[in-house]
Amino acid sequence: MTQPTTTPPAVAMHGITKRFGPLTANANVDFDVQSGEVHALLGENGAGKTTLTKILYGLYQPDAGTIAINGKLTPLRSPADAIAQGIGMVTQHFSLVPTLTVAENLLLSQAQGITLDLRTAEATIRETATRYGLQVDPARLVQRLSVGEQQRVEILKALYQNCRVLILDEPTAVLTPQEAEGLFMVLRGLIAQGLAVIFISHKLNEVLAISHRVTVLRAGKVVGEVKTAETTQIDLARLMVGREVTGVQVSATPPPTAPQRPVLELQNIHVRNTQHLPALRGINLRIQAGEIVGLAGVAGNGQPELGEVLSGLRTPTQGEVRVNGIDVTKADPVGMTRAGIGRIPEDRLKGVVADLTVAENIALESLAEFTKAGGQLDQKLVRQHAQSLIDAFEIKATPGTRTGSLSGGNMQKVILARVLSRNPQVVVAAQPTRGLDVGAIQYVHEQLLTQRARGAAILLISEDLDEVLALADRVAVIYEGAIVGEVKPSDFRDDPANLKQQIGLMMAGAVSGFGEQIERRESA
Amino acid sequence: MQLRVERREASAWISILIPLLAIGITLILVAGLVWLSGAGLWETYYYFFIKPLSSRASVIEVLVKATPLLFTGAAVAFAFYSGYWNIGAEGQLYAGAAAAAWLGVVLKGLPPVVIIPLIMLGSALAAALWALPPAWLKTRLNVDEVVTTLLLNSVMIFFVSSLLNGPWRDPVTNWPQSPTLEAASRLPRLLAGTRLHLGFLLAIVALIFFWWITARASFGLRMRAVGRGREAARFMGVHVNQVVFRVALISGAVAGLAGASEVAGLHYHLIEALSPGYGYSGIVAATLGSLHPIGVALAAIFIGLISTGSQTASRALGVPSFLGDVVQAVLLLVTLALLLLRTYRVRMI
Repeated sequence: MTQPTTTPPAVAMHGITKRFGPLTANANVDFDVQSGEVHALLGENGAGKTTLTKILYGLYQPDAGTIAINGKLTPLRSPADAIAQGIGMVTQHFSLVPTLTVAENLLLSQAQGITLDLRTAEATIRETATRYGLQVDPARLVQRLSVGEQQRVEILKALYQNCRVLILDEPTAVLTPQEAEGLFMVLRGLIAQGLAVIFISHKLNEVLAISHRVTVLRAGKVVGEVKTAETTQIDLARLMVGREVTGVQVSATPPPTAPQRPVLELQNIHVRNTQHLPALRGINLRIQAGEIVGLAGVAGNGQPELGEVLSGLRTPTQGEVRVNGIDVTKADPVGMTRAGIGRIPEDRLKGVVADLTVAENIALESLAEFTKAGGQLDQKLVRQHAQSLIDAFEIKATPGTRTGSLSGGNMQKVILARVLSRNPQVVVAAQPTRGLDVGAIQYVHEQLLTQRARGAAILLISEDLDEVLALADRVAVIYEGAIVGEVKPSDFRDDPANLKQQIGLMMAGAVSGFGEQIERRESA
Repeated sequence: MQLRVERREASAWISILIPLLAIGITLILVAGLVWLSGAGLWETYYYFFIKPLSSRASVIEVLVKATPLLFTGAAVAFAFYSGYWNIGAEGQLYAGAAAAAWLGVVLKGLPPVVIIPLIMLGSALAAALWALPPAWLKTRLNVDEVVTTLLLNSVMIFFVSSLLNGPWRDPVTNWPQSPTLEAASRLPRLLAGTRLHLGFLLAIVALIFFWWITARASFGLRMRAVGRGREAARFMGVHVNQVVFRVALISGAVAGLAGASEVAGLHYHLIEALSPGYGYSGIVAATLGSLHPIGVALAAIFIGLISTGSQTASRALGVPSFLGDVVQAVLLLVTLALLLLRTYRVRMI
């Protein structure tokens, strides 16, 4: 399927290196794509896929490396440069004006001069749309279109700008299975017309279904480039997550062995996301006192929604949440806190108001306790309480410091202090170390282990598999909104590499930990 | 050399500097208009800002002018503080004024100590009721309150106009003004021989109430959290909609007191031209005063000074009296532009 390599590739990136401060997002990456080919970029979250394509689209400048377009070295200093070179990009966040028509949106991207001939433009767009098999009516308002149709408009916009290389950044993340199938039809049409497509995904089945070649990135490096026809889902999963286990110590103290009544119980939880698509499809999970359950999974498989359910921000459409047998399914944030759930949010800036002081953010969650008769705030108590937590949790701040001015680690400590000082029976920690430096990560881990020793039931939702393995007594794997398997790291003490591979395969949706076939999403 | 814009921490001194800078820039910007009107610049500004402060009587007149602005400034600041953009103080003022004009006539045979609190309470209630539909639409259906509160202003103003040209037309003079208030319904004068009335003190009380809520009460912390970070406030268990709803009604009630104070303290009847835009000037006062009670008080008095001054300047020099409104409008725009200085700093690199 790949064209003979005598013609230069549509795009050839060579030796690309990009650093952000101490972090190397891309290290000496080689990547090329031919006309008439879909080349998939596969990798976990943070592997450097998006960075690489942003460099190609002129949004970032590489620290080293070259880009050749059709065999000619071409510096790309801005998206305008990239567009002029025939490179188009469609991201998950569409840049369309909802109150304008499709044609108007397309004209916006390149209208010049004073007059606007909408009629001719609509005809041209209709012609382009038909040629590439993109069914969109140019006269319709964008806000009336479904997400799938809007994505088609984005692709059409790129084509309208004469793009020859199309970058699609996780295009199926926002689509229903039916829409995804439609997208694949379109992509097949595009390559038949000689376009080159770069397809970013972390979903193995999609990559196998649409691509000709796959490049796998891991921690910013290329760990493999394979022809799709010569690989399997299991091989790709191994490449994607099979890095050496480093610095992982399986938890020392064994969890309570006698079967106890679970503290946190999730039974058949179903939830829709903000786009009203099913995000959780029957989550079952039980966590005992003194146990850390790690929820592993690739990003976008329902983890944020699960965190929101347990924070009281999203109500399940089906199923039950129980804490010590008490039903809290419909509880709001106050109800969840009262029920004994300590909530550490995925986004720190949703856990604290940046413009309030540290003391205010600590008091706010249980404000009634700081309120005197007549509704007066006991400011002395607020300050004292904050100071005692600042001392106990070693936060680098004073009670009066504006929370937004703290470092990520200290901000996370404020949240931890607020939550953990109340000795919650359940701790739900969503991505608790994301974006933190090594010292702060260590600190968060120690705090979670302290809570475990105290007897809290802990759910650790993390996309960082090393973190999950380092802390969890039990690892549950979430894939497409359901738990597809559970493993105990302690069963793999002699064979940690195999443990990681097992989990990796489940994360990629390749096997089920329950020894059964994973039910695939309907794709018809 | 390049200019770079960075986010920065808000420091206290810049909050004080901004209003002063805004006033200075406004005077420069308006200078062109003054020049076009044919009057001398220094002379005009003298009449605007110095002359009203030159005698005891005119200083007190500035305070009389500032009284409704202290109310509306407090009302608007209270709402803005929690991120509820109440642009409806003008309509709420007229709702309160209409209630006061009605109560002040129908309540008879009671001593002032009973009647006056009843009038104030009734006006606040009526205005809160008028503020209710936008608050309800905002919290239930997320309808933009800027639009609803703004549009309801015209509705209330025309409603008052229809009352005054219909059932409430003064039976004696046949003017479009409501019947004159009973003597016992009138707010007492604070200083003999001046027009300064009890409304001024009540306005100060409203600002003290605003201060206590925001600086001392738990509810103020909730308001702050909702205003600065709605999502995070919700996460921490603040009932965001409940806070917004209450704030909207309290803000409306305080704006209604401005109308009651004007009717029962100054005019003794309801007229169509009761407010030359006090509700909108309240937005200027709240913004110029950085939503801080003391700032709002100073800003309201400053606007009172401008409107007194623009009238004296108009009489003495023949400049259009609209100049006062222009100064206010420019002041608001300049202040809003300068507020960016609080969050950003421009740096040469």
